[in-house]
Amino acid sequence: MFLNEFLIFAALLFCIGVYGVLVRKNGVMVLMSIELILNSVNINLVAFSTYNGDVGGQVFALFIIAVAAAEVGVGLAIVLLMYRNRRSIDIAEANLLKG
Amino acid sequence: MIALLANEALSSVETGVANGFFFVVAGVAVIAALKMVTTQNVVHAALYLLVVLTSVAATYVILGAEFVAVTQVMVYLGAIMVLLLFGVMLTRAKLGDDTDLDHDQRWIGALVALVTFAVMTYSVVEEFGSTKLPSDFSATATEEVSNQIFSTYIVPFEALSVLLLAALIGAIVVARRD
Repeated sequence: MFLNEFLIFAALLFCIGVYGVLVRKNGVMVLMSIELILNSVNINLVAFSTYNGDVGGQVFALFIIAVAAAEVGVGLAIVLLMYRNRRSIDIAEANLLKG
Repeated sequence: MIALLANEALSSVETGVANGFFFVVAGVAVIAALKMVTTQNVVHAALYLLVVLTSVAATYVILGAEFVAVTQVMVYLGAIMVLLLFGVMLTRAKLGDDTDLDHDQRWIGALVALVTFAVMTYSVVEEFGSTKLPSDFSATATEEVSNQIFSTYIVPFEALSVLLLAALIGAIVVARRD
């Protein structure tokens, strides 16, 4: 198996995630797209871990999974707070700080 | 000699099977990811994300990272998906189609994504054009992963514990109704 297969697969998922983050207006959907991006990074780490025969990459993939859990917890708390204050989770409307 | 040849043929067949399996899994993941960022229904998007995350777990199995795959299934499919679905339900009672989920300038987003993909693919092909994975890699033992976590990577591990605690407290403080 070529190492490239996995790297290009991860790059494809990453770019789809970037598209989602840029295009979506719904706060929860943006969080989902961020999960996609974090997963693509994990694929790279695990692929290089297998390529080098070193477990370190897998350890860092586990760390990233834990960070993703923390990120989605705090992110959803922020989205819920925004919904409670503005009755909307449209991130294009979150412009209170706009000059 | 014959046994060696047979063994080699078997291992190349196995690699071929794993390779074909990978292309199926990757295809499913990419299609589901595209559907996820284009669908107009928030709950459907969450379910497509489920398909992507499962496919990524299958990719980990192909790469021999079984513990990471199991963790992916437990944490992502078990916990994070439930959290996201709760987020959908708590912020919007409407479960049907939505007409207003995308920005108007979506082609700018598509352009950025395409250019990023072109740059990444070019650099990856340039650097690892014909690099192959070792043909005889086997599944990593969980024991090996845990030994590494609790010896070499003990400091990041402890920092991560504190991060999780801080995120937990932070989420409660932010979302508390007072």
